[in-house]
Amino acid sequence: MTDTQVVKRAKYKSSVKDPGVLGELKMTRERFVFTPYDGSSMKLNVEFRLIKGHKSSKEGNKRPALLNLTQDQGNYIFEFDNFSDREVCRDFVAKCITLYGSENEQLSSAEMDRRIKLLQEDSELQKLHKQFVMGSVLSETEFWATRKKLLDVKDSRKAKQRVGLKSDMIFNVKPSSDGQSNRVTFNLTPEMIHQIFAEKPAVRQAYLSFVPNKMTEKDFWTKYWRAQYLHSTRNIVAAAAEAAEDEELAVFLKQDPILATEIRHKIRKVDPTLDMEADEGDDYTHIPGHGLGTESSKDELEAQYEPFKRSFLQDINRHAAVVLEGTSVDVETAGDTRCVAEALAASKRVELAKEASDINAHQGRSSRMAEIEDLQAPHDPPLAPLSIKDPRDYFDSQQVIKVMGLKSRMSSSEAYASLRVFISEVRSVGLTDPVVRPELAVKVFNGLTQTISSSKYQLGKNPHESILDTLPTLTKDELLLHWTSIQELLKHFWSSYPITTSYLYTKVSRLKDAMSQIYPKLQEIKESVQSDSRHQVSLLVQPMLQALDAAFAHYDLDQHKRPPNGYN
Amino acid sequence: MKFQIEDVTVYFPYDHIYPEQYSYMIELKRALDAKGHCLLEMPTGTGKTIALLSLITSYTLSKPSNPVKLLYCTRTVHEMEKTLAELKLLHKYQLENIGPSARMLALGLSSRKNLCINPEVVSAENRDSVDAGCRKLTASWVRALAIENPNIPTCSFYERYEKAGSDAVLPPGVYTLQDLRIFGKDKGWCPYFLARHMVQFANVVVYSYQYLLDPKVAGIISKEMQRESVVVFDEAHNIDNVCIEALSVSVRKQTLEGATRNLNRMSQEIDRFKATDAGRLRAEYNRLVEGLAQRGNLPLGDTWLANPALPDDILKEAVPGNIRRAEHFLSVLRRLVQYLKGRLDTDNVEKEGPLTFVNAVNSHVGIDQKMLKFCYDRLHSLMLTLEITDTEEFLHVQTICNFATLVGTYTRGFSIIIEPYDERMPHIPDPVLQLSCHDASLAIKPVFDRFQSVVITSGTLSPIDLYPRLLNFNPVVTRSFTMSLTRDCICPMVLTRGSDQLPVSTKFDLRSDPGVERNYGRLLLEMVSVVPDGIVCFFVSYSYMDAIVNSWNETGILKEIMQRKLVFIETQDVVETTLALDNYRKACDCGRGAVFFSVARGKVAEGIDFDRHYGRLVIMFGVPFQYTLSRILLARLEYLRETFQIKEGDFLTFDALRQAAQCVGRVIRSKADYGMMIFADKRYTRHDKRSKLPGWILSHLRDAHLNLSTDMAVHIAREFLRKMAQPYDKTGGSGKKTLLSQQDLEKMNGGIEGMMF
Repeated sequence: MTDTQVVKRAKYKSSVKDPGVLGELKMTRERFVFTPYDGSSMKLNVEFRLIKGHKSSKEGNKRPALLNLTQDQGNYIFEFDNFSDREVCRDFVAKCITLYGSENEQLSSAEMDRRIKLLQEDSELQKLHKQFVMGSVLSETEFWATRKKLLDVKDSRKAKQRVGLKSDMIFNVKPSSDGQSNRVTFNLTPEMIHQIFAEKPAVRQAYLSFVPNKMTEKDFWTKYWRAQYLHSTRNIVAAAAEAAEDEELAVFLKQDPILATEIRHKIRKVDPTLDMEADEGDDYTHIPGHGLGTESSKDELEAQYEPFKRSFLQDINRHAAVVLEGTSVDVETAGDTRCVAEALAASKRVELAKEASDINAHQGRSSRMAEIEDLQAPHDPPLAPLSIKDPRDYFDSQQVIKVMGLKSRMSSSEAYASLRVFISEVRSVGLTDPVVRPELAVKVFNGLTQTISSSKYQLGKNPHESILDTLPTLTKDELLLHWTSIQELLKHFWSSYPITTSYLYTKVSRLKDAMSQIYPKLQEIKESVQSDSRHQVSLLVQPMLQALDAAFAHYDLDQHKRPPNGYN
Repeated sequence: MKFQIEDVTVYFPYDHIYPEQYSYMIELKRALDAKGHCLLEMPTGTGKTIALLSLITSYTLSKPSNPVKLLYCTRTVHEMEKTLAELKLLHKYQLENIGPSARMLALGLSSRKNLCINPEVVSAENRDSVDAGCRKLTASWVRALAIENPNIPTCSFYERYEKAGSDAVLPPGVYTLQDLRIFGKDKGWCPYFLARHMVQFANVVVYSYQYLLDPKVAGIISKEMQRESVVVFDEAHNIDNVCIEALSVSVRKQTLEGATRNLNRMSQEIDRFKATDAGRLRAEYNRLVEGLAQRGNLPLGDTWLANPALPDDILKEAVPGNIRRAEHFLSVLRRLVQYLKGRLDTDNVEKEGPLTFVNAVNSHVGIDQKMLKFCYDRLHSLMLTLEITDTEEFLHVQTICNFATLVGTYTRGFSIIIEPYDERMPHIPDPVLQLSCHDASLAIKPVFDRFQSVVITSGTLSPIDLYPRLLNFNPVVTRSFTMSLTRDCICPMVLTRGSDQLPVSTKFDLRSDPGVERNYGRLLLEMVSVVPDGIVCFFVSYSYMDAIVNSWNETGILKEIMQRKLVFIETQDVVETTLALDNYRKACDCGRGAVFFSVARGKVAEGIDFDRHYGRLVIMFGVPFQYTLSRILLARLEYLRETFQIKEGDFLTFDALRQAAQCVGRVIRSKADYGMMIFADKRYTRHDKRSKLPGWILSHLRDAHLNLSTDMAVHIAREFLRKMAQPYDKTGGSGKKTLLSQQDLEKMNGGIEGMMF
């Protein structure tokens, strides 16, 4: 940084419209100070640490040169005499802010938004945040550090979620007419275009080849709706006549050739117990001229009109099929019609290629098994597989604790050796080996069931009720709040060990203080409740107290081992 | 499980059995013992097929000295596949329990279109072009030529199959059409001809009704089946219609024009042969003099659809002299076509019996009854002589000869109806001449005569006493079974009024009323928001469905329905319908939910199951009466009244209600399944209509559910679905047992049989 401070004449304004107070703005690396010339009480002294960003007005002849420094709440607006002054100040502010960012973790506004959103969504989290971050037990960074996953996972999940197609046919709209003339108006939205392209590949194809070389986009859609209108009149002869005159219109009127080939592909993969096409092959009574005249033979039209036969019912079926297939094109790109058309065409090509490659896999069309369920005993007892999302998470944390625990007494080679033993053990035994020793698990399990069953016994047989519900709401809320806050504190407490830096040391002592504040509160609750439920409350409070005791004991032990001057 | 029915050990592939399945087997066994025919009605969703299959196969196993062959007829190919899948399960179980002695051969048989594996042939569009494509490669004269000239294409699969000769056999097992194709591909043999050959040796053959009922097909496929066979017609509620269709022909203007083209082409061919190979025509003439209408044993590739008349009615005598020469025969056909053209050119509806018609033909164009009768065989012979392979081009003249032979053979039970236009569209001239058969017993008679046991079974055969009269046979066993339910898992309702309390109906004067259309729409809309997963709607006809869907579209009801569930529709295009069904199932599987619009007499109603979540509710919009002004129907009704003393109204109601029952019966497949059925028409409240529903539906139709409006129906649906979501005891608890284990059956055998009913 070349200059360590900047001093400029400026007006401080509480808002853009405000005439402002003239004064001197002095910026150093840490803070900026504004001293009004008139000596009024408007003196400002703000640390740059608190400044989150800055905005400035556009450069222009008559415009004021404004600089707006934004903070969490509120902002500071300065008006400079000229733009060059403003530029200097702005650059300086920018430098200072980035400087703090590198030290203090600069948050992008997006991340900030995400955190705020998370807090808004989760009232419990908000309470914790308020209690600890506002109460300065934990810093903002520490609070969120343990929740990195929450931030990340949410983010990635959001990115992956794709919007499906709507079930209703949005492009099946009626034109609006003004009632005066014979003109009608169609409103096309990008969403509708997307649906039309997805359901009518021939239209998509036509769009790609006609627009903009042969006709304008508007002409294209006019033709399309003209064709739709002809269909709706159900006059095949008229449609054929129009198509004969206009070959572009004919594209819309004729049956879709791309669809026809697609259908031929698909029919081969249909479940044979549904395949009615195969029946045709066996149906000797429906060869032409044989059997009784049925309804279907009635509207036999001459062959020349055959390609123009298309019904609304077909459209409905096609629509539903497309909706089921789902959308492979991001709706975000829907702004540009051409892009949508190209993307859809490309995705179709990919699909076709995929189909061609796994055509062998599909050779055995699988038919649905014809078993009658309730005559058969269920095949397997219903099991829910145990799901540990990522087993590495578990082992990583275990490893760290073990290695850390050994650290003080072991040399690095010993530690390395023990690590190797662990790894080879994992390799040979694999991760399937019980993570917890079975005897231990049984013990815990028994303990749990005993407490559950005993309280259940007291509560009667209603499974929906728990001990908590019998307590007064106030006590219950308080208990729950304490429980979550203890969890939060303990999490931070234990994750700070072993203490290697002074930072951790202060953090631990801060945490310990906070915990010791909660301790008496718990005792209080225990005593405040009425005698009939006191036993149950104490049962609930007991594990919390124990956890806290364990933490205190560890803290004291650690304190003793540490040389008295430690990190202080 | 395995249990004893009298002297037969039955192997049943499940751990439990429904009591009605057990009694079904007992009845069936009695019929088999008596070597007689039987008629059994058992509700859908009680496992008819598996009960049938396991009893008959076990029956064969326990009587190894006198094995019976099972000919299992299904309505459609997909039902064939379903049946074979169940048989596979059963066969696996029997093999596990008995060992290799339980081995059997079971296969499905279908047309070339479904079995061909030659990629060039099978890619053709319809069955006739596949048949013709096959013939072009496998006809005896083509193959003979190919030996001399290697440039002439043949079918490698057929050649390899021929070369393998008697080694080409299917090892024991159960083969679906898919399995046959895979086997054929592995071996390089043609699966179609292999299957046709193996049918004679198989223990179980599953094929379509027409392979037994239609004389044209039965003549080539089923003629060698032995008498010791059990024939099963499953889903046989429509069997009378199939029989009638098999013997009916309709002729239109296009047919006659096509026939004229065919005749021209044939006379060119004859001229060509006269110039190049006159000996062939002379040889044919000589053969016909000797009285061999058919050339005896035709090579496999040359077989054609056989004579449309029933085997007993075909004359075993020489072809009349005046149609022996090819040119003479052609001129006879030309005269016949000319005469038919003249008859079609009329302004009035004409109806006459076959006798009158034959006399008229004779007096106008000089073709007597005997010549007419021989038309089909004579044409067949001529086509073979002329070495015509593109048979699909010659369908028109084939139709004409079909007609001639039938009209020349039968004097009773038929009528000829000429209509200048369709009654519903009088302004469009569409002349049609129809030879319609009224007597269903004609086509099925040879089946009853030839085979020792014929089983006719379905979920809806009510009233059960009508079928023996319609089909003219004497069953040894006639039983209708009720359903023992663990819980009330079906909920039929009759909806008579819409949400505005106005009556709803598809009666002719009401059906196009916008109020009725709206009320039907509102009903569906309400149900769509209450019922999870799949809903199936049946309409009375395609045209009605088309009209109402368009009307719903215009009023915006369809849009609202689509916001809740995806909509799929049965169209007249089978490929599209198949895909729509496939997608419908996907939509139900993925939880999005869907509605399927279908037609009561359509293909979907015939054989697609909407079990479990694929159908939680069926709505039958209207009563699916036949089009009562149709001349053919009127003629048939008249015939029924005169011959069987069946009243017109009774028959129409019976026919409509069996269709309705068939439609709603699609929702339930097992007792663990559940579904609702709404009959949305005020006419269902009337006793004469309602009482024709099968007993298993009637017994669940509570009096309180007989006259509902939309809001009440929605309320009932909500309650029902909530009730069904509760867990329950599958075995039926302590009271009436609805699920029997092996121990139960053994205990019962000790005591009195059938005490659970």
